[in-house]
Amino acid sequence: MPQKQYGAATVNVDDEGFLTDLSQWTREVATAIAKEEGIADLTPAHWKVLEFMQKEFKENGTAPSIRKLNKSGVVSTKELYDLFPGGPAKKAAKIAGLKKPEGCV
Amino acid sequence: MEDRIKKVSIVVSKGGLDGIYPGLIMANGARMEGIEANLFFTFFGMDAIIKKRMGKIKIATVGNPGMHMPSLLGILPGFSAFATWKMSKTMDKLDIPPIPEFIEMIADAGGKFYACKATVDMFGLKKEDFCPQVDSIINVGKFYEISAGGEIIFT
Repeated sequence: MPQKQYGAATVNVDDEGFLTDLSQWTREVATAIAKEEGIADLTPAHWKVLEFMQKEFKENGTAPSIRKLNKSGVVSTKELYDLFPGGPAKKAAKIAGLKKPEGCV
Repeated sequence: MEDRIKKVSIVVSKGGLDGIYPGLIMANGARMEGIEANLFFTFFGMDAIIKKRMGKIKIATVGNPGMHMPSLLGILPGFSAFATWKMSKTMDKLDIPPIPEFIEMIADAGGKFYACKATVDMFGLKKEDFCPQVDSIINVGKFYEISAGGEIIFT
């Protein structure tokens, strides 16, 4: 299984760099992945989305859809695209340490 | 990764749920991948962006071989409404939104909506008849101009 080094942390990842074990996730790891994805700073608005996604993932085993994020009141679709430009659901899942979303919407 | 798709322009030409959804799903999916997306609605596909029609689009139960049932059943009163209701329930579970919400979601994601001038003229429509997400009414030439440098998908 591929591994990646983020600062002091070593994490297990899949072929596309998504963490395979959420328990290895830390805020430092998230910050480092975000940098790789072109997000220089994770703001409180980012963290709010990431924490909600992790909560949903723990409850349902999958990352929430964009629609669900919007309906939950955590982040509007517009804001989500602004926070994670160029592929919000995928990027946010990656930074949150979740597996790649599989749904079509 | 260098030759990844950067832009898609999707023509939605068919009406009914099964005519409209594929184009919307592809446009939304494009935006989710960071791909620029334009939607061009023509002929009966235009129902998707007409204010008084967009919320009432049904699945055709007559003459639709995809329904896997005799057309005789499909002509029963209320059957199309029933099939639409069943399908909408399943789609909602899969987080595929109803058409008006889907259009709003794609617009919020940065997708662009255009109506076909020829169809607008043919059906005697005006800009006010369309949902606010529609950018403008354009002719085919303008559509090609907007699509330049990207892929065109016809549905």
